[in-house]
Amino acid sequence: MNPTKAKRWVSQNSIWVVLIFMVVLMTVLSPTFLTAKNIVSVLTTESITGILTVGVMWCILSKGIDLSPGALVALTGVVTSSLAQKFTYGASRLFPNLPDIPVIVAIAAGLAVGTFFGLINGLLIAYTKIPAFIATLGTQLIARALAQLYTNAYPIPELKPAFKNVAQLELFSVFGASVTVIIVIFIVFACISGFMLTQTRFGKAIYAIGGNDQAARVAGINVEKNIIKVYTWCAFCASVGGILLAARSGAGNSSVGVNYELDAIAAATVGGTSHSGGVCRISGVIAGILIMGILKNGMMLLKISPYLQQVCKGLIIIAAVVFDMRKNAKKS
Amino acid sequence: MNEYILEMTDIVKEFPGVRALDGVELRLRPGKVHGLMGENGAGKSTLMKCLIGIYHKTSGNIRFKGRDIDFKSPIEALQNGISMIHQELNPVLERPVSDNVWLGREPYKGIRIDHQKMRRDTIELFKEMDLNIDPDEKMGNLTVAQMQMVEICKAVSYHPDVMILDEPTSSLTEGEVVHLFEIIRKLRAEGCALIYISHKMDEIFQICDEMTTLRDGRFVGHDLAAETNVDALITRMVGREVTNMFPKTPCEIGETIFEVEGLCSGKQVKNVSFSLRRGEILGFAGLVGAGRTETVETIFGIRRRDSGVIRKGGRELHIASPRDVIRERIALLTEDRRGNGIVGIRSIKDNTILANLPAYGFPIDHKRINEDTDKYVRAMNTKTPSTEQLIMYLSGGNQQKVLIGRWLLTDPDVLIMDEPTRGIDVGAKAEIHTLISKLAGEGKAVILISSELPEVMGMSDRIVTMYEGEVTGVVARGSAAWSAEHIMALCHGQSEDTHRNT
Repeated sequence: MNPTKAKRWVSQNSIWVVLIFMVVLMTVLSPTFLTAKNIVSVLTTESITGILTVGVMWCILSKGIDLSPGALVALTGVVTSSLAQKFTYGASRLFPNLPDIPVIVAIAAGLAVGTFFGLINGLLIAYTKIPAFIATLGTQLIARALAQLYTNAYPIPELKPAFKNVAQLELFSVFGASVTVIIVIFIVFACISGFMLTQTRFGKAIYAIGGNDQAARVAGINVEKNIIKVYTWCAFCASVGGILLAARSGAGNSSVGVNYELDAIAAATVGGTSHSGGVCRISGVIAGILIMGILKNGMMLLKISPYLQQVCKGLIIIAAVVFDMRKNAKKS
Repeated sequence: MNEYILEMTDIVKEFPGVRALDGVELRLRPGKVHGLMGENGAGKSTLMKCLIGIYHKTSGNIRFKGRDIDFKSPIEALQNGISMIHQELNPVLERPVSDNVWLGREPYKGIRIDHQKMRRDTIELFKEMDLNIDPDEKMGNLTVAQMQMVEICKAVSYHPDVMILDEPTSSLTEGEVVHLFEIIRKLRAEGCALIYISHKMDEIFQICDEMTTLRDGRFVGHDLAAETNVDALITRMVGREVTNMFPKTPCEIGETIFEVEGLCSGKQVKNVSFSLRRGEILGFAGLVGAGRTETVETIFGIRRRDSGVIRKGGRELHIASPRDVIRERIALLTEDRRGNGIVGIRSIKDNTILANLPAYGFPIDHKRINEDTDKYVRAMNTKTPSTEQLIMYLSGGNQQKVLIGRWLLTDPDVLIMDEPTRGIDVGAKAEIHTLISKLAGEGKAVILISSELPEVMGMSDRIVTMYEGEVTGVVARGSAAWSAEHIMALCHGQSEDTHRNT
């Protein structure tokens, strides 16, 4: 690689340079950072936010936003859990008279409820033209409240082992660290999003809609239909996240997932997804997810006060966007 | 004391690659209404923008009230006594009328705004102008005409020495025009010099005392209203000979392929009908706001169609969105390149294939995308280092070439081009003209909308003229009516019969 090529690679993938820098720095500062156990733990922790991120990045790419994923995590979590409680738990179950139904049905119900909310988001944004911020703020409140009404705000414990395995099943272990299925699901979702982005007409259409929706419309793209697809996919990802969270923690809870959407938006943003629309790369978003994860993990290892952690997170998000804007300003 | 209040001499304004004004002069006398005339793009607005400091002249001299001036901003111009009423208004719709009138110069009483005084002053101002509008009414509740009148009152409240009115009557009814003219006469009587820009000939002769005509950024003449007439003025405006700079090659004209009948959309498109044959270039001439863009937008499903029939190959089309039209192999190169043409933040490649996405399958065929992009970058002679280049970094001409390539990729039978050469350098312009001729030669039917009369006359087989949403005439090349003066008159709403003599 000659110097100019290297320079170009660095400028196009500066986010990965930052990531590598962080890894090196943490390795120096903390002996426990670069151990298999810790790395796998970071990946496991970040996989749910990660799945949400590869969903919400589509909304940002299309020049919108989705504030409902966090609440949808709670809602799909409790819906699925309520149908996946151990039969032997009997009368203490949320639905004491529920027959012993297969886990897959419980999961399908959760996915259906969550995805339905995405469809509503999409329809609202595409056809009533209300700002995505408002539409999804509304559905966020509704979804959260429905989750609380559904459970009376009590947790739903004693889930079937088969259901818990959806997240917790150990696939293999590396250097004593057990890699569970949840990491694989995250990787699969990242791949699907990446594939849609680069290999399908849908991806091309969303890039165009985010960049200039009027131009996309004149070029014959059905803007409304594509917007609906975006929000439906985002909610589908959130639903998967909700189900995985319930499976991992072994209980459904209407109060989980608060601010998850903001973590996801932050990761996508740090990963170079432009809120002006039309710009998003899957490699950047993955780097963004990892950066936010390592930041959290690193500061924990260094025993930095959790409040100070939030300060750092805030600064990083702002710095990322300022950097991005400057890059674009220089060009034009 | 000089008899002129404002003298602009030898004004030159250059934009990168274009000389928009070339030695223009304009002399205003106090107490006179001065018409500023010229075709679209003749440089009238540019000249005014140079005067009030929106643009900065490249060279030349502006003398105002006996001293040389060069305003840095419209605010400075306003403070020195030159106010302009723009064609496009920018009111604060959510605030009351009185807030709008005194915006940026609100009277204070101690540390707070004196709303009482603001209200009183507005009432007084409106009374003086004989305007019956409640100062507490929300601006957004006013009609466009009322907003225009408020805007004029606001300009008057600055007590300017020079007042510029750019197409002030475009949104006014006849009664309101009479009212406006009363205000103008009143200002004139008080010694104010007014610059009046309008395309409406009857108004010009009704209100103006003298006029200056521009053409292609040059000064072509100064007339006193009493010593000239409509025909002479139109000849001045058009002036030049339409030469062979447009390579219209004669080609075989085939059967009728596209017809529009009784098309209506709101107030902009009124009962428009025309037909188009294979191999034909049908020009659309008219002033800005004549409804040409709105007509093709309605055809393309961007604008709501109230009534009317669109046929292709004799079959009626049912159009709900641009997709439906593109499927019928009709293409529209829009007028607003940045607004609804390019996706600036994406590459040349992504922009080229945008209208042809359905052709690339699942997963998308990257090889074919690359081939198609390369083919049209080469065919259109687009100058770019790579097809991965973001389209926003290309020049206007090259962007336009990419967009034309986008539509040619869909292999259209009917190609509608709305101002395809606007804001494009001369070289690219000639290339686009050659291409249009070539496409017609291949049997495609082309609709060419252009505000440049020489272009539309140079390229077209027939010309449809429009005025205020209606078709005022169809002129065929080679017919007796094929003259710049006649077509210009049709564009100014002079009907066929009143202008037979030309």
